[in-house]
Amino acid sequence: MARTITMEVLRYRPEQDAGPVFQTYEVPFTDDMSVLQGLLHIKDELDETLSFRWSCRMAICGSCGMMINGKPALSCKTFLRDLAPGPVRIEALNHFPIERDLVVVMEDFIDKLERIQPYIIPKEPRTLEQGEYLQTPAQLEKYEQFSSCINCLLCYAACPQYGLNPDFVGPGALALLHRYNADSRDGGAAQRMELVAAEEGVFNCTAVGYCSEVCPKHVDPANAVNQNKTTAAADYFLGFLKPKGSRT
Amino acid sequence: MGDDAMSRPLKRSNAPIFWGLFGAGGMLAALLGPMLVFITGIAAPLGFILAPDAMSYANMMAFTGHWLGKAFVFAIVPLFLWHAGHRVFHSLHDVGIHAGMVARLVCYGGALLGTLIVAWALLLIGF
Repeated sequence: MARTITMEVLRYRPEQDAGPVFQTYEVPFTDDMSVLQGLLHIKDELDETLSFRWSCRMAICGSCGMMINGKPALSCKTFLRDLAPGPVRIEALNHFPIERDLVVVMEDFIDKLERIQPYIIPKEPRTLEQGEYLQTPAQLEKYEQFSSCINCLLCYAACPQYGLNPDFVGPGALALLHRYNADSRDGGAAQRMELVAAEEGVFNCTAVGYCSEVCPKHVDPANAVNQNKTTAAADYFLGFLKPKGSRT
Repeated sequence: MGDDAMSRPLKRSNAPIFWGLFGAGGMLAALLGPMLVFITGIAAPLGFILAPDAMSYANMMAFTGHWLGKAFVFAIVPLFLWHAGHRVFHSLHDVGIHAGMVARLVCYGGALLGTLIVAWALLLIGF
């Protein structure tokens, strides 16, 4: 007979709930079942009204981030066998408004993603005839880990500073900003500096480091943010040496 | 959506000043703090390893009478204070106490006051 585990899932249905409430389900599970599969069992067999985001089931798409026993995690990458005997507490990601059940409103992040100019701004324009931009393995290594971000928002749910001040650009977007700044083909660091050095920028970070701990793709946002504190500080002080009017 | 946010004016943070002082103080605290605690708190008062009068009034006056001693004291005490002020300020924010102008004045104002007192005391000793 299959083992069962108790899953306490945070529900919020704006049309009927005054606020978020927990609902408990008894879910049969096998050793190969993830938390996401537990939720899918609830949706398919027990309660079709439960809402949550998911897509790839293999930690690529970044859709299924949620709080599992109080920690931000991808539900597809967390296994019920590791949480037995339970109960397992599932909540929507911290620091984001809840749209419905486990689905959060992520407009704020999308907005920030646009502001970091997340694309290569060529250092020197090249024509098709000139061919591709060449890069050495050492140059690739400088930014490669930061390019693994899947925008799952676990780092935002982990960041106490984002929780206290949602104006903070935050770990994920700043790690992506650094991914482009650190790319040898990119020349956009100066124009991204305005945001890095702004009151919404890197100096909100107090080097807690939980963002890097929860990242399912081994990105190190804390490192990216703190490298940019140094560049922003250098830019701040060197700015006084530049001729008047040339400061951005 | 996006347009609004993109056009929101960005104000440059003056955090680098405080972060710089914090970083400098943190570096010195990490490198020299434990040794200073040992010398001033254990070794000198107990006469353990050091001579019992190592930190006597006369010796300390002679130490701070030299410009190198002055430079050391002026680097250590104020930078430790700026480091502590910044840390306390951000910890207030972390524990949910709204870190507004009052907290800023107390934390950074305290460090500034300490810096001025140290400078004044060192000048009084004279060169």
